Amino acid sequence: MTKVSMTVNGKAVSGEVEGRTLLATFLREGLGLTGTHVGCDTSQCGACVVHVNGQAIKSCTAFAADLDGAKVTTIEGMANPDGSLGTVQQAFQDHHGLQCGFCTPGMVMSAAALLAENPKPTEAEVRHHLEGNICRCTGYHNIVKAVLAASGQDVGQIAAE
Amino acid sequence: MPKDQGIGARSKRREDVRFLTGAGRYTDDINVPGQTYAAFVRSEVAHGKITKIDTSDAEKMPGVVKVFTAADFDGKGGVPCGWQIHDRQGNPMLEPKHPILAEGKVRYVGDAIACVVAETLEQARDAAEAVVVDIDELPAVMDMKAAVKGGALVHDELGSNLCYDWGFIEDNKAATDAAFETAHHVTTLELVNNRLIANPMEPRVALGHYNRAMDDYTLYTTSQNPHVIRLLMGAFVLSIPEHKLRVVAPDVGGGFGSKIFHYIEEAFVTHASRLINRPVKWTSTRSEAFLTDAHGRDHVTKIELALDKDGMFQALRTETYANMGAYLSTFAPSVPTYLHGTLMAGNYKTPHIYVNVKAVFTNTVPVDAYRGAGRPEATFQLERVIDKAAREMGIDPIELRRKNFVGADEFPYQTPVAVAYDTGNYQATMDVLEKIADLAGFEKRRADSAKKGLWRGLGVNCYIEACGIAPSNLVGQLGARAGLYESATVRVNATGGIVVMTGSHSHGQGHETAFPQVISEMIGIPESQVEIVHGDTANTPMGMGTYGSRSLAVGGSAMVKATNKIIAKAKKIAAHLLEASDGDIELKDGKFTVAGTDKSVDWGSVCLAAYVPHNYPLAELEPGLEETAFYDPSNFTYPSGAYACEVEVDPDTGKVTVCAFAAADDFGNVINPMIVEGQVHGGLAQGIGQALLEGAVYDENGQLLSGSYMDYAMPRADDVPFYTVDHSCCTPCTHNPLGVKGCGEAGAIGSPPAVVNAVIDALQRAGKTNVTHIDMPLSPSRVWAAIQG
Amino acid sequence: MYAFELEKPATVAEAVKALAQEDAQALGGGQTLIPSMKQRLAAPAVLVSLNGIKEMIGVRKDGGDLVIGGATPHAVVAKEAGAYPALAGLAGNIGDPAVRNRGTIGGSLANNDPSACYPSAVLASGATVVTNNRQIAADDFFEGLFTTALEPGEIITEVRFPIPQKASYQKFLQPASRFALTAVFVAKTGGGVRVAVTGASEDGVFRWADAEAALSANFAADAVSGLSVDPEGMIGDMHGTKAYRANLVKVLTGRAVSAA
Repeated sequence: MTKVSMTVNGKAVSGEVEGRTLLATFLREGLGLTGTHVGCDTSQCGACVVHVNGQAIKSCTAFAADLDGAKVTTIEGMANPDGSLGTVQQAFQDHHGLQCGFCTPGMVMSAAALLAENPKPTEAEVRHHLEGNICRCTGYHNIVKAVLAASGQDVGQIAAE
Repeated sequence: MPKDQGIGARSKRREDVRFLTGAGRYTDDINVPGQTYAAFVRSEVAHGKITKIDTSDAEKMPGVVKVFTAADFDGKGGVPCGWQIHDRQGNPMLEPKHPILAEGKVRYVGDAIACVVAETLEQARDAAEAVVVDIDELPAVMDMKAAVKGGALVHDELGSNLCYDWGFIEDNKAATDAAFETAHHVTTLELVNNRLIANPMEPRVALGHYNRAMDDYTLYTTSQNPHVIRLLMGAFVLSIPEHKLRVVAPDVGGGFGSKIFHYIEEAFVTHASRLINRPVKWTSTRSEAFLTDAHGRDHVTKIELALDKDGMFQALRTETYANMGAYLSTFAPSVPTYLHGTLMAGNYKTPHIYVNVKAVFTNTVPVDAYRGAGRPEATFQLERVIDKAAREMGIDPIELRRKNFVGADEFPYQTPVAVAYDTGNYQATMDVLEKIADLAGFEKRRADSAKKGLWRGLGVNCYIEACGIAPSNLVGQLGARAGLYESATVRVNATGGIVVMTGSHSHGQGHETAFPQVISEMIGIPESQVEIVHGDTANTPMGMGTYGSRSLAVGGSAMVKATNKIIAKAKKIAAHLLEASDGDIELKDGKFTVAGTDKSVDWGSVCLAAYVPHNYPLAELEPGLEETAFYDPSNFTYPSGAYACEVEVDPDTGKVTVCAFAAADDFGNVINPMIVEGQVHGGLAQGIGQALLEGAVYDENGQLLSGSYMDYAMPRADDVPFYTVDHSCCTPCTHNPLGVKGCGEAGAIGSPPAVVNAVIDALQRAGKTNVTHIDMPLSPSRVWAAIQG
Repeated sequence: MYAFELEKPATVAEAVKALAQEDAQALGGGQTLIPSMKQRLAAPAVLVSLNGIKEMIGVRKDGGDLVIGGATPHAVVAKEAGAYPALAGLAGNIGDPAVRNRGTIGGSLANNDPSACYPSAVLASGATVVTNNRQIAADDFFEGLFTTALEPGEIITEVRFPIPQKASYQKFLQPASRFALTAVFVAKTGGGVRVAVTGASEDGVFRWADAEAALSANFAADAVSGLSVDPEGMIGDMHGTKAYRANLVKVLTGRAVSAA
């Protein structure tokens, strides 16, 4: 067991981990941050995406001990300080960008990373960027729409409003 | 102006707030003090005799609490099958036992042989590897047609791999065959409905907790129907009476059918918890899910359509081999039979129809309902054969369909395959489709594609489904071993707030938002005054759960029935308070008024009077305001629609791109259009996935080659376009109080034939006239091979 | 996953020392290694993370070469390898964004997955793989499926890419894994044209000699239209037959030439 320290959602945390403890496991079981979900074991589905030092990564495919000292943001850290939904979160609710909610934390984290890098993405850029996040419920229509809306673009013309 | 409350409003989903902030509570998020972890030892071969299980090394490993084998389940039942089919001779289907842990034989890769329970998950997995299992391998039964002719038996004691040979309707057979003898034209198509894996994003989890002090059990599980699990597991597997067993299905991350069924892992953790007197948790990995979640579809079909010289359908005949897998999953036998044969009439007036289905055991994962369940299989073969017939006879495929539609004035329409459609307007739905899909502009778009060197094609099809499952007396006659009613308890609190406890279960469908819209409309109070409770047998009435697009049609109707009882009682209280006759009381906008006067009392005052009955007709009326209703539908509901897909085919690589998809649906009345559109979108992606990407592939030894997301292609955001959906053509259901039909499965049922029809159309227009069918998924490799001829 | 000790050296020298331990294995971004460890297909006793070695991270120009540190994530290459656009484009389409933020060039090359993107770029560019104790020419580095010239404990510290006059990478996605079902990297230099193919062969990445000869004579898409690829030796699986992959090799080569 080794000791690992991180800043998670702005708070200093530490814990004892095995070498094989995944970041996702440390977040969920070590810190009780169960918003980060594990949907596969081949690094494909993206339900576990969190931000590490400002970059989106799959927390099921990184060891906690390898990230000692990192700044981590999870879905629990995405709301506004007063508890209201952040811009991306609010757009997902406004445009029905989620159904069962299981892929949603990873989707929101990936979308937020895209918008940080590319504040006005095209539809094609959004779809391409989300290729590492699988949603089985929405058919992606309203997710793509929500991300475009979160970027401040007019989505009124998109079919089925 | 659009409404902002009640029926028809695009109310935003209240459940989203918890899901968007990481505050959802899924089964794997639940941990109980003292919890242990289970890791199964699963068969790595498809078929074999177990000659030895040695757990001694594993038992000595660190953290191991107990290693379980079949002996620990002596005297317990297998997981039961909930539907019994009778074959063409009237004999019951062959029905094997499905033990919790393998007894003597393994029958598919993934079959559970033993299970290690340990202090940590990694310890359990480490020890599971140390369990020694010797298996004498037997030939794997993989090919359905060969399996019914002889060779190895999946279940030796049954004497055959043929579960049943079903004819529907047997009395139609002679007339159907005769119609083919005299037909002007017969179109024949042989096709495969590809085996799929549901893949809800949340893998299954089961957490069993036996409380010795209370001698009762709690099972937390990823289920679409906790009451069904409690009944099946309690009564048939573990002999636990319902009052000693609580089943909780908290937030559930999608189901699509795969979480209807009672799985062995649920029974395992529940019983194991008693044996070790500790809570036991099992969390499926995705790799394990591929090997243990029930698969879907997997039909091999020959369909024949007889037409007269004008293209009028004369008769339809099908023969299908349906894969059951190694054991009968909970509702498996019903899928290729009553959820499939009854839909073969489609939207058309075909006078003679005969359906034959042979269900076959193989050494594969059990196959059961997956979004649509039987109806996508029916729709696919019917709409493909119609397209082929249109081409052979030189009739426009839309025109051929329109000619044969059941007319709007012909409802109720009795089909030759038992069901009677209550409402529909197929011509009008097709009119809507032609408009929203801009079919008139197709030729110009095709020319634009051609300039890029791409072949564009257009595919159109219709669908009908039977959902709102289902009238109990009818399904009982057809072999269901359960009732299919739904329940609701409506509890009004003293200050007017309402809690609805429903037997339906929401795992993405938005019940927590849509159900309050109905009550808000009925009483005239804000939606925010209504809360929905579901998913826990301890605080909801016995209900059958959510599948088959039934929640609103059946569960919503139960809620309406209970709310009507509430309103009737509240009117009596109001009448007392207003010193009027209850027949004169009207309820509008949350206010009770004496008709024709300005005398009124508001909703909250009546509720308060019910619980603080100082001024109350105690002699005639009990205090309190809480009612329960059970609703059993009198018929299925029949949503229908017309879909259009446009594709581009890259002739050099065979790659198919879906450029546009339009769906015109008739769902009857709609409570929340936003949610309905979302349900259709999701179904379309699954249907496009089936058509182009997805397929569970086994090798001849029974190894699942598509055993992870590395090889099983899930649709991603860049595989699909924005969809155009419309539900403006509305013929309300005639037999439920909301006039609703259900929308959860439509997209997945209606879309695969549209995609395939479009690809065939593209190839045909490009001169590849010998290509009349390609089996799904239409991978680039398959399309390219078809182009090569 | 089996238990192991994780070590995180700060320098190449420390990493080399750590890797000398019994059953030690290097950890790059882990995007392939960690999933295979979850399947218990790999059982290192010590895992040596290369992610903390600053000298192995980064992209720089060195004369006519573009030099990429062995522990540089794909996302960094996509952003910073502008001097070699085909290479930046390749890096920007590996896996998905989250994978690109972790996966590294050194990890990808050391693993030599037959469907990985980077091996084709290294081979077509005639790049040099630099390790802690030697330089290995691309033509000597790849030795078949998941096999390279690397010795146990040897670390890829950087990869030196000569920048070609023209180049393009054309990837046809395997729809599930997002690896290459088949992909072709074409590079034109003063010395001729090199064509490297990934995803197609049962022997891993390879150079298509016939196309190189034809394109060296005439760098035009239709220069390869008369060639054919022998389906024997191609991968045949549920995603594509041998004949299909042979066709893709030719189609994608033509497209790469057009796009270069």
